[in-house]
Amino acid sequence: MTIAPIVQSVTVAVPPDRAFVLFTGSIGRWWKRGMTIGAKPHEDVVIEPFVGGRWFERDEDGAEVDWGRVLAWEPPGRVLLGWQIDAAFRPDPDLTTEVEVTFVPDGNGTSVTLTHRHLERFGESAERIAAQLGGGWPGLLQLFADLTMEDA
Amino acid sequence: MANRIAVALTALADPTRRAIFERVGAGPAAVGQIAAALPVSRPAVSQHLKVLKEAGLVTDTPEGTRRVYRLDPRGLGALREWLDGFWGDQLAAFRDFADGQENAR
Repeated sequence: MTIAPIVQSVTVAVPPDRAFVLFTGSIGRWWKRGMTIGAKPHEDVVIEPFVGGRWFERDEDGAEVDWGRVLAWEPPGRVLLGWQIDAAFRPDPDLTTEVEVTFVPDGNGTSVTLTHRHLERFGESAERIAAQLGGGWPGLLQLFADLTMEDA
Repeated sequence: MANRIAVALTALADPTRRAIFERVGAGPAAVGQIAAALPVSRPAVSQHLKVLKEAGLVTDTPEGTRRVYRLDPRGLGALREWLDGFWGDQLAAFRDFADGQENAR
């Protein structure tokens, strides 16, 4: 079973080298609040700038919650991140899906494309997740319900 | 997406149905096995499974004279759609931030 990857693009007004630095180095400044997985709101999000580096959130209570690892570090054109978070949005070091971000010149700015792939791996571990969490689906649905409440 | 999530949420709002869903999540099971594990009659289990199936949460395959229920991998389609919106929101936030940095120069 394969699931089509998620592909999303935006165009920003800064050149690729600047976009790369802002995306990776300042991720804690633009990542949406409430869209993190720790018990407390995040104070910062960190992508360590080298292959094998950690990708994690640092929360208001000082806790660090791992999101994954840097799999490829190729400024200013590409960063490949391992997303080690399961379908119920909990850290899972045994599950890695990939988030690739590319930075391509577009006029005076940059086209930024994000691809989240190997989503079928969520399915391969679905039964394990379900057993651990009493169903990955309810966790996801609860998360969605919570987000809907926040929007309301 | 909203409709599918709503249907799934409604299907799982019932505690008995949620217990049946969690039993199927623990491993493929036939109606009789599910009924044996829960204080619910076989006809009632069958009815709940029908609702879960219509909500896209479980799927069934015939094995001999019985039907075996599993989590529906297509349920992952909803996860994909949810992630699509998630990343869309994040990239929009990044664009606003990056463009703000540019304007601040």
